[in-house]
Amino acid sequence: MKNLREQAAERAFLLSALASCAITAGILVFMVLMGLPLLREGGFLALLLNSWEPYRGAFGVLPMVAGTLAISLLSLLVAFPLSLGCSFLTSGIAPKPLRGPLRRIIELMTGIPTVIYGFVGIFLLVPLIREFFRHGSGMCVLTAALVLGVMISPTMTLFFCDAFDRIPSSYLKAADALGAGRAQKLIHVMLPTAKKGILNGVILALGRAVGDTLIALMLAGNSARVPESVMDPARTLTAHIALVIAADYESPEFRSIFTCGVVLYLSTMVMTFLVRYLARRGEGNI
Amino acid sequence: MKRGILEKLTVWFSWAAGLTLLSAVSVLLGYLLLKGHEALNPALIFGETPPLRALLLRERVFDGLFPAVAGTLVLITLSIAWAIPVGISTGIYLAEYAGGRVKRALDAFFDVLAGIPSIVVGLFGFASAVFLHRHFSERIGPCLLISSIALSFLVLPYIIRTTQAALEGIPRDIRLTALALGATRLQNIFLVLLPKSLSGIMSGIVLAIGRCAEDTAVIMLTGAVASAGLPRSLLSQYEALPFHIYYISSQYSDPAELTRGYGASILLLFLCAALFSAAYGIRKGLTHFTLYRP
Repeated sequence: MKNLREQAAERAFLLSALASCAITAGILVFMVLMGLPLLREGGFLALLLNSWEPYRGAFGVLPMVAGTLAISLLSLLVAFPLSLGCSFLTSGIAPKPLRGPLRRIIELMTGIPTVIYGFVGIFLLVPLIREFFRHGSGMCVLTAALVLGVMISPTMTLFFCDAFDRIPSSYLKAADALGAGRAQKLIHVMLPTAKKGILNGVILALGRAVGDTLIALMLAGNSARVPESVMDPARTLTAHIALVIAADYESPEFRSIFTCGVVLYLSTMVMTFLVRYLARRGEGNI
Repeated sequence: MKRGILEKLTVWFSWAAGLTLLSAVSVLLGYLLLKGHEALNPALIFGETPPLRALLLRERVFDGLFPAVAGTLVLITLSIAWAIPVGISTGIYLAEYAGGRVKRALDAFFDVLAGIPSIVVGLFGFASAVFLHRHFSERIGPCLLISSIALSFLVLPYIIRTTQAALEGIPRDIRLTALALGATRLQNIFLVLLPKSLSGIMSGIVLAIGRCAEDTAVIMLTGAVASAGLPRSLLSQYEALPFHIYYISSQYSDPAELTRGYGASILLLFLCAALFSAAYGIRKGLTHFTLYRP
């Protein structure tokens, strides 16, 4: 009797694990199936590399891929120095009593909803950018990237801090014993040792930047053309999905957003596996 | 000499970065409070309707956030209710039963699930709603039920990971004591290991609640609308706080509405801040790698 219950429980646990896996795989399969009619017509690559001109029957998502790349990479450029500096502060530069509170503040920042970043961005940053550069409406790649950069910085900082925390204390004590100062210890011991952890943090933060919808949707201007400068408006893959969703169910426009879905899914999957690979290779030496 | 400069630069750079980030976020919060503080009163939520009558559902609230707040609360409750049983049992399986290769494969799946952008989950929800509408019942469309299921997919990895990490963090002697006294594996899990890791699991749940409260991308695709009143059934459309904020930012018609948008933002911000500090307070030891896979 007891044995039966044990087995039933194990089955139930296994079943929910399998269900969770099925969800993961099911989302991708569903996207591919829904996008299939359009994929069959032109092929995945053609769809990926074409421009978006629905009135002339072109449903390529190239402008959106370019927009996503431009905004997320630029936001990384904003976020990386900010996060590196902040993680330096909390893991060595700031005086000891300040470190704890500083870290708590950064942890709290990760909880600010993205829609609020977008909301304040529209009413505060967009007019500033418009006045300052006197170019367009103020909704552009730069605006979105700045806000996105601030949005991902706290998370990235915490990843970096984690990488620093994992350094064995014997390394740090050795540096102390040799008479290294706080900054010396950081530059010559901690930074080289935590290189891999930092790379991990950057990739994970990039995944967040690529996957974010609201900031780009609210601040980037959403024009479906490849942006030529950071002052041009752009549309990301995520925003594209949110914008086209209202269209007719059978239309090729609607089918094309599943291409965006597949591209987003696969690119974040590649990043996830990259992080896993790096983590596994790094197991031996921190 | 040159070394001294590099070190000084590092110190300067760190302080500059820290101050920049802190001031950026303080400007954000300060601006929000400055613009929205006058909206923070009972009328923000209940409009012209007397609060008690609104709470007892006697009267409908027209110009307040009450339907949006109610919608968000119902949505959170439903999503968490779907995610908890599946998430915790998956976490238990990962920590206690799966071994070697199976565990590695499952791990990979949940890492991928955690990385899927929320808009893609939303698109999945929307497409399945349309699919069900065409093939099963005319009554199914984007609705509260679909939204909550899609959201539960989104927060599932949080609950799985925190459960797994909490169980795996239990020291070996505690793990073996009950077994040595003759308890079965299942008894050990339910009577020793789960109670012991409750705080870790709770922090995951609180974090998942925070994620449900703030997510906009999923719900804007799966049934949140600008005006629907209180959610009437699982198959009805509904209002939600984050979607309301997004809607006002793009469609506001007068300054009063905009001020209400600021008020709504402050409300959502405090809700999320409270949930996040609760999650961190409950369990400090969990690393951000378990909590913050994007």
